[in-house]
Amino acid sequence: MTPLLLAQIGLTLFVFVMLLNSAAVMVYVERKVAAFLQQRLGPYRVGWQGVLQPLADIVKLMFKEELRPKAADAFLFALAPIIAATCAFAAFAVVPFGAETTFGGWLPEGLRLQVADVNVAILVVFAVASMSVYGIVLAGWSSNSKYSLLGGLRSSAQMISYELSYGLALASVLIIANSLSLTDIVNRQAGTWLGFIPRWLLFLQPIGFLIYMTAGIAETNRAPFDFPEAEQELVAGYHTEYSSMSFAMFFLAEYVNMVTVSAVATDLFLGGWHGPFLPESLGWIWFLIKVAAILFFYVWMRWTLPRYRYDQLMRFGWKVLLPVAVINLLVTAAGVLYFGL
Amino acid sequence: MVTLNHYLVLSAILFAIGTAGVFVRRNLITILLSIEIMLNAVNLTFVAFGRALGAAAGQIIVVFVMTVAAAEAAVGLAIVIALFRHRESLNPDSWTALKW
Amino acid sequence: MLFYVFAAVAIVASLLVIAQRNPIYSVLLLIASFGALSGLYVLLEAPFVAVIQIIVYAGAIMVLFLFVVMLLNAPHEETEYDERVHPLLRAGPMRFGAFLAAALAVELVWALTKGGESGAFPSGAISSVKTIGQLLFTDYAFAFEVTSVLILVAMVGAVVLARRETH
Repeated sequence: MTPLLLAQIGLTLFVFVMLLNSAAVMVYVERKVAAFLQQRLGPYRVGWQGVLQPLADIVKLMFKEELRPKAADAFLFALAPIIAATCAFAAFAVVPFGAETTFGGWLPEGLRLQVADVNVAILVVFAVASMSVYGIVLAGWSSNSKYSLLGGLRSSAQMISYELSYGLALASVLIIANSLSLTDIVNRQAGTWLGFIPRWLLFLQPIGFLIYMTAGIAETNRAPFDFPEAEQELVAGYHTEYSSMSFAMFFLAEYVNMVTVSAVATDLFLGGWHGPFLPESLGWIWFLIKVAAILFFYVWMRWTLPRYRYDQLMRFGWKVLLPVAVINLLVTAAGVLYFGL
Repeated sequence: MVTLNHYLVLSAILFAIGTAGVFVRRNLITILLSIEIMLNAVNLTFVAFGRALGAAAGQIIVVFVMTVAAAEAAVGLAIVIALFRHRESLNPDSWTALKW
Repeated sequence: MLFYVFAAVAIVASLLVIAQRNPIYSVLLLIASFGALSGLYVLLEAPFVAVIQIIVYAGAIMVLFLFVVMLLNAPHEETEYDERVHPLLRAGPMRFGAFLAAALAVELVWALTKGGESGAFPSGAISSVKTIGQLLFTDYAFAFEVTSVLILVAMVGAVVLARRETH
């Protein structure tokens, strides 16, 4: 049990626990921010300023009865939330969130703050995102109810359609960064131009960032693209028939997916853990700040914009976002060729 | 010691399983799935040989095979949908018009 | 050691694919088989192909299959054979087909292992994604462009074939 192995295992557990915590924090943040945007107070009774509200929610969900429709396919019904939650956590495994650190000299060599250091990290994120479609499709199908089936099929069709633009935005970043490894892309963004503008890829790829965020919001089924799970439309869509912990797992999967999309966006476009004033080993603080900013943006979007209707959503994905992503890729490639970046 | 022969034997077995699926199953979609198994076995052979001979061509051909498999699955499934609309059955024994 | 695990998963999953009656379970088992194959590609030091396998095969083609199975509400197969007997045990043409496949397996194994060297993998240079990309766009550029036309043709064909007749 070398110190490195212990540190690696500890890191994996730490990431897992932190993702669970992040989902709980997101529940609270979403309700508070929604409340303030709507000029009301939100939860304030449970604990100081309502911070124990997520705990109350989790306890309530745990004590609810676990239901299953009689005509539902038992195996698939149980499998769907497992696939959704597993893929959500697995996608974060290749996301680096800090520089190499030796924990103050305890380790012989630096341990990168990344659960698995793969040199095709971006593609792995994309692959696991494609697999999370199955959780939703199987949930819709196995519930054996028309609302679930419609919601499931629509949601998965939406996710597949926006995966294309997602991939093309990633490809534009790859052309500039010349590497598939997320750590290399982050390290390329260290330093500043002119002394005060950070070398983020956001400034080289503004449209790419917008495409990525739009596709990311559509991938995680959040507003304004959350038609398939809208309460007014489809009685909560594919997770209509789920209750108690299975329902909690779908929500957990959704929040962890949000965190993953924000983390990957931070790594690709906002410079990851590089920032002024702090030493490199404390870079994870900057990472947290940037991810928190993007998550706030996510919540803000949800409670500000009206929802797209399904055919508007699909038309936007295929007829607007995909051509823009392709043109962005072409312009990026031309720029790299001309300016020799 | 895992050698090239191990991979070749594995892909031979997978290919035979796919062939058995095409012969035995009487459901159009399962037949298409068996064809996908066969294509995957071939992919495995290509990558194994590419690694053994130190050539990147193995992986490149695999990219092409995957693309062709995707196109073939799409068109095959479209045909299955069109056939199903006609006769409400996925059994290939229902379409015997060309038999003498 | 990992090779045997992945190989066992791939073979068992493929056998179950052709043995299952319910088409949805067949599709899910095939996805498991593809996952095992992806692991094998990683063992063969082809991470790019491994990830592409998940993205294209398990993530796209199988979703297509799943959609079609769900939309057609694919029934369990009805044949003129006795329903209670499992397909792989039925008499007649089916057993002959299974026997032919087994004969194919034996022949292939014999032919493929007859090659001279024992075939241990050389520890030479492994190709990176960069090499693959460069080769794709220089030596195999024509095939690459033709593949894009092929995909376009397949897209148009699939849309036209599956369209409902509107009079």
